[in-house]
Amino acid sequence: MVRPVIQVHGLRKNFGDNPVLRGVSMDVSPGETVVIIGASGSGKTTFLRCLNRLEDPTDGLVRLDGEVVGASVSEKQVAAQISQFGFVFQRFNLFPHLAARDNVAIGPEKVRGLSRSDAQALAEQELARVHMQDHKDKRPSELSGGQQQRVAIARALAMKPRVMLFDEPTSALDPELVQEVLDVMKDLAKDGMTMVVVTHEMSFARDVADRVIYMEDGVIAEEGPPDQLFGAPKTAGAQRFLRHLSHD
Amino acid sequence: MKIDWDIVLQSIPLLAEGVIVTLQVSAVSAVLGLALGVALGLGALSRNRVTRWVVAAYVDFIRGTPLLIQIFLVFFALPMIGIRFDEFSAGVVALSLNAAAFVAEVVRGGVGAIERGQSEAAKAIGMRHRQLLVYILLPQAYRQMVPPLTNELISLVKNSSLLSVISVYELTRAGQAIISVHFVPFEIYTLLALYYYVLIKALSWLSVQLERRLPTW
Ligand SMILES: Nc1ncnc2c1ncn2[C@@H]1O[C@H](COP(=O)(O)OP(=O)(O)OP(=O)(O)O)[C@@H](O)[C@H]1O
Ligand SMILES: [Mg+2]
Repeated sequence: MVRPVIQVHGLRKNFGDNPVLRGVSMDVSPGETVVIIGASGSGKTTFLRCLNRLEDPTDGLVRLDGEVVGASVSEKQVAAQISQFGFVFQRFNLFPHLAARDNVAIGPEKVRGLSRSDAQALAEQELARVHMQDHKDKRPSELSGGQQQRVAIARALAMKPRVMLFDEPTSALDPELVQEVLDVMKDLAKDGMTMVVVTHEMSFARDVADRVIYMEDGVIAEEGPPDQLFGAPKTAGAQRFLRHLSHD
Repeated sequence: MKIDWDIVLQSIPLLAEGVIVTLQVSAVSAVLGLALGVALGLGALSRNRVTRWVVAAYVDFIRGTPLLIQIFLVFFALPMIGIRFDEFSAGVVALSLNAAAFVAEVVRGGVGAIERGQSEAAKAIGMRHRQLLVYILLPQAYRQMVPPLTNELISLVKNSSLLSVISVYELTRAGQAIISVHFVPFEIYTLLALYYYVLIKALSWLSVQLERRLPTW
């Protein structure tokens, strides 16, 4: 069997005395797309942020390609490991003082050490991949939300990550801009990118997910292929959650 | 009350010499204070706890003591441990050390006001702390830092009048010299007020011009 890209073992996270993650274990295989759903406050964002160390887990281990994340004492090595997780934020978090191309190029240039011209060329390629090549000189404030999110995806891709993590990438967008972002994500999945996606876009989950995880109160309450989880959820929590969702 | 216009007319050029010294002492102190203050500000943002503590203690000391005492410390106390300055240098050192603490606070505050998502995005693409500061946070902070830095510069110019107590022949000292000979305090202090006022208005105007020229996004 191929080694999982990500192995999560017994992940716990407390904020003060609030246990937000209460022991999450899962593996993600190469090329797999995992969709995570769950009620607000169930710990989905916290889980993603513990994977790439935006939060320090209280307990448990995350391995990337077999290597424990954050185990090295050198800031540089930990940073290099973190850059192997592409992270896409709900609110894009583009760098407002940089044009789209520089938003994408700055990581390859400053972190991966590419020459300036190579980094710029790579940035243009990645922008083309998300259909943003015609906007490369614009600042984020000149772009729509959907365009900003696609630049943010390109910025993450330019680091040549082993896995892409998406935290509700379309929930801050006007409805008419959602599809362009989902289309880009679908293409990525089709190209074999390994992805973990927190989203409530059911059409995306049905079409693209290999596996759906339902989180509740900081644990994985149920998981399975999308047909099974959406068609015949076993746990009462998942049934209730999906019923709510389809009423919205 | 009778205004002695002759003294006023004679004083205008005499005081202008004092203005030059005030500008010199302020300019040198501003440059040194800015350089040291930015260094301290970066220290305050360091990941090293000891560095942060040292900067915090320094800022706390400067803010918690009168500038006049700091000037006396530099001018009278430091020579006792073998560090000796002429009046002008002592004045510059005292004003720079004072300004640096306030500049450090502006830098720390300016960088701290950048929303957390920026740091997180930079961290997520593998930037280290220093890279995050240099490429992401400081470039976004410096425009917002211009108005508070202008305020510090204005304070510095006003504070330079305190150097009259260690006989730096700046604007206030030049005025006092005239008063001691002719005993015309009303005329001279009014003139001094006008001189300072014009200086400070000019600085404010320059700062607004600078702020306009900095890029926005
Ligand atoms: N930095 C923090 N400090 C304290 N508590 C936090 C912090 N971040 C999250 N929490 C708490 O952890 C819990 C889980 O939050 P999290 O954001 O992971 O949930 P979520 O499943 O992503 O919810 P949503 O669907 O609303 O995004 C919430 O109760 C939240 O208040
Ligand atoms: Mg969330």
